Amino acid sequence: MANPQQETVLELRHLRTEFGSRQHPLVAVDDVSFAVKAGEILGLVGESGSGKSITLRSILGIVRPRGRVGGEILWKGRDLAALDEAALRKVRGREIAMIFQEPMSSLNPLLTVGLQISENLVAHTGLDAKARKARAIELLEMVGIPSARDRLGDYPHEFSGGMRQRVMIAIALASNPQLLLADEPTTALDVTIQDQILRLIQSLSRDLGMAVILVTHDMGVVAQTCDRVAVMYGGRLCEVGTTSQVIADARHPYALGLLRSIPRDVAPRTPLYSIPGAPPALNALPLGCAFTTRCPVAGPECRDLRPPLETVGQFHEVACHHRVEALAHFRQQEAAQ
Amino acid sequence: MSVVTQIQPHRPGRFRVFIGRAFSRPSFVIGFTIIVMSIALALFPQIFAPYDPLAFDMTAIQQAPSLAHPFGTDNFGRDVLSRVIWAYRVDMQMALFATIFALTIGVTVGAFVGYYGGIADTIFGRCVDAIITFPFLVLVIAIVAVLGPGLVNMYIAITIVNWVYYARLTRAEIMTQKANDYAAAGRVLGYSDRRIIFRHLLPNAMSPIIVYWMTDMALAILLGSSLGYLGLGAQPPAAEWGVLISEGRNFLLTAWWMSLMPGLAIVLTGLGFSLLGDALADLLRPKGR
Amino acid sequence: MNMLTMEPAAPLLSIRDLSMRFAKNRSLSDTIAGRPRQIVSALNGVDLDVMPAETLGIVGESGCGKSTLARCIAGLHRPSSGDIRFEGESVIGLKGANRRAYNRRVQMMFQDPYTSLNPRMTVRDTLREAISVHRMREGAAIDRRIDELLDLVRLPEGAADKYPHEFSGGQRQRIGIARALSLEPTCLVADELVSALDVSVQAQVVNLLLELQDNLGLTVLFVAHDLRLVRHVSHRVAVIYLGAIVEVGPSEALFSRPRHPYSQALLAAAPSLDPADRKRAPALSGELPSPLDIPPGCPFHVRCPHAAERCRIEKPMLRPVGAGMAACHFAETISAA
Repeated sequence: MANPQQETVLELRHLRTEFGSRQHPLVAVDDVSFAVKAGEILGLVGESGSGKSITLRSILGIVRPRGRVGGEILWKGRDLAALDEAALRKVRGREIAMIFQEPMSSLNPLLTVGLQISENLVAHTGLDAKARKARAIELLEMVGIPSARDRLGDYPHEFSGGMRQRVMIAIALASNPQLLLADEPTTALDVTIQDQILRLIQSLSRDLGMAVILVTHDMGVVAQTCDRVAVMYGGRLCEVGTTSQVIADARHPYALGLLRSIPRDVAPRTPLYSIPGAPPALNALPLGCAFTTRCPVAGPECRDLRPPLETVGQFHEVACHHRVEALAHFRQQEAAQ
Repeated sequence: MSVVTQIQPHRPGRFRVFIGRAFSRPSFVIGFTIIVMSIALALFPQIFAPYDPLAFDMTAIQQAPSLAHPFGTDNFGRDVLSRVIWAYRVDMQMALFATIFALTIGVTVGAFVGYYGGIADTIFGRCVDAIITFPFLVLVIAIVAVLGPGLVNMYIAITIVNWVYYARLTRAEIMTQKANDYAAAGRVLGYSDRRIIFRHLLPNAMSPIIVYWMTDMALAILLGSSLGYLGLGAQPPAAEWGVLISEGRNFLLTAWWMSLMPGLAIVLTGLGFSLLGDALADLLRPKGR
Repeated sequence: MNMLTMEPAAPLLSIRDLSMRFAKNRSLSDTIAGRPRQIVSALNGVDLDVMPAETLGIVGESGCGKSTLARCIAGLHRPSSGDIRFEGESVIGLKGANRRAYNRRVQMMFQDPYTSLNPRMTVRDTLREAISVHRMREGAAIDRRIDELLDLVRLPEGAADKYPHEFSGGQRQRIGIARALSLEPTCLVADELVSALDVSVQAQVVNLLLELQDNLGLTVLFVAHDLRLVRHVSHRVAVIYLGAIVEVGPSEALFSRPRHPYSQALLAAAPSLDPADRKRAPALSGELPSPLDIPPGCPFHVRCPHAAERCRIEKPMLRPVGAGMAACHFAETISAA
């Protein structure tokens, strides 16, 4: 659990990212606000098109120039949304690092791993060549690569998928970042390897006091790794809370439905709860709540009136007009089974 | 992608949608117009040509372009415009016949070797290597030289060389399509290989082949005219652009129109095929993910 | 076959000692150096029985051979050795009419909703082709059957004359199910049927599959890497590691008390939805060995925490342990611990 005394390192206020023409923009992220504390792992959960990855990419401005980022991204007293490319580049990779789903495509296949780490060390630290090599070995050992000294001269293709993700993390850690942005870092990996990488991220966050924003679609990954969770749907936040609050006591009908649709404590081969319909297209979002068309408790006002995030408990916020009905609906569902 | 949830009362046919998209594109409109006009000229030159292309007129030798003879006349007093128009018949025929057999043979061979792979594919690969190491034109000229000059022999020569390019392209496309699960689904559904190749894979592989065919027809006209110019293709007095240019080459300084006008016809037709091919490349790209 | 004389225990499909080896293409430098072709062993002696009307789950990590096994059963791959018997008849290398007859009984559904349908054919074309090639119906009855099938998989009215790109991922998987069902098969092979879908949509498709199976008495091979889903839908489960079955048994028994150390690790690594289950150390260290170079003895010994000298030398056979079978020399002592 995040220590409430820890300082907030990043705060998003009314983040909005849109693409396409200004007259008919596709709003991928709409009015998203949250904060991350040092040493905390925040999960950003949602399905395809929910805007979770775009939110992450907006923080570092890598959606630009195709995307337009609005709102405030407060990082140590500065607003990243207002910085230009040159100023942002100094923040990227140094204070805030990022790792991706597919490590192979984010590593340069023609350079050895050692060179790629020391490249990052040259850019962000004042170490000399000898110290860089020592540091590179130290970093590889830190992320759990066996016989690190011998592997500095290896190329990315000589590593397995899980090892490549470790190398990516080592490169990201080279500059001692205070925030790590992880975009589905384990989705392409097998469960046993995913487990290893998640445990690694967890221990690094704890030992280095590094904040992590972990984007994932897997509630299990959230439950096992994150301190707090923000659930996104249709580019908007629908529920924010501590992991145990959201998983054990979800209030938003989408979060409730999503958790019910994962088989757990249900009799085998009985019908699972399923959310009707499919995730919405970004160009067909209603003015009000994005979940309206699939929601079992939606009322007439949901389509036109956007529900604000409201506090329902300490750290726990939900954006829904019909929280009480939603909870009652799902309790009833459960009782019926 | 929740398109399906919206009920669409009237769905225009796939063909009408395609035509609508096509004609909103300038490159398609221009290319299409040029080619349709070229085909019309090729089919009915007698309607469009003001004079008999073979009739000598000794009173009007090498006249510069004028109202009576917009493209001028040649050294026998024949109307150059009429000869250029009649030449459409031969040159459009070349565009078609020099490519269509290569297309048919190449696509069939390419589809089979791409689908089956293995030893047939290896043999095919060697054949391709052997043929494409020769410069295209030199090889065609060599074959024509053996067979003797003339249009039919020229078609045979071009087809012998050209099918390889279609086969190579088709093979690659089929191999890409074959990796898709709908091909595997066809096999699990117990479909014959022929059905999978011709009903499933080939329709999905055809777009780039058709686009290549368009540019190849432009190239075929260039090649045919070159051979005509060299005296290996169409034979005088038949009107053919290459032959016409060749006839005018001795009078370039005194009667430049004799060579320039057929040259422009080649450029225009080539442009038409290229624009059409370009537009089709965009239009035929499959929608969705 | 007469229903009265049929033994209740006669398997629908019985797979014996099935092996599948692919020769890897040699690179030019390997050819010049005269290095031999590398052999990928995708399957190494799989023994498996599939009972009529059961759902058999097949789980394992990527590259373990579970998809290869599914494709061998569907007749897409010809195994290098071993036998697959369907109702007692060998189905290896069937050709022409025999193959068609077999595939009418055994159908397959694919993972990728975007490439498993021919993009240039409407749903009606796709279904009509399958129905008419197998002469399942004639004339006007074909269109009635198409309507019936679309109704069966709950596709909206008017879906028949649309093209695949007009559907969402979940709907495309339903089309794939309808196509398989059009031949009225006995057995369905579902290769990662829902893993490309969003979680909220997965439940819809899983429910449909369960319902169809009960109504039509289908036998289903459910190949997947999502352990929760496999547990939910399967009667029995087989765990594959490096192309061999390490454990097979009734679903609840296997999931509540796995006998093979690999099954145990796989279950422990799967992220639980309960944040209280959180652990600090990974469930299993090390990586999946390359199928180019399978370790001698027990294939799992290099990662197994319980490995002894015997495991390095002698390959354990599948043998009855508890309610199922496990391929481990020490299954009894390990699972007792």
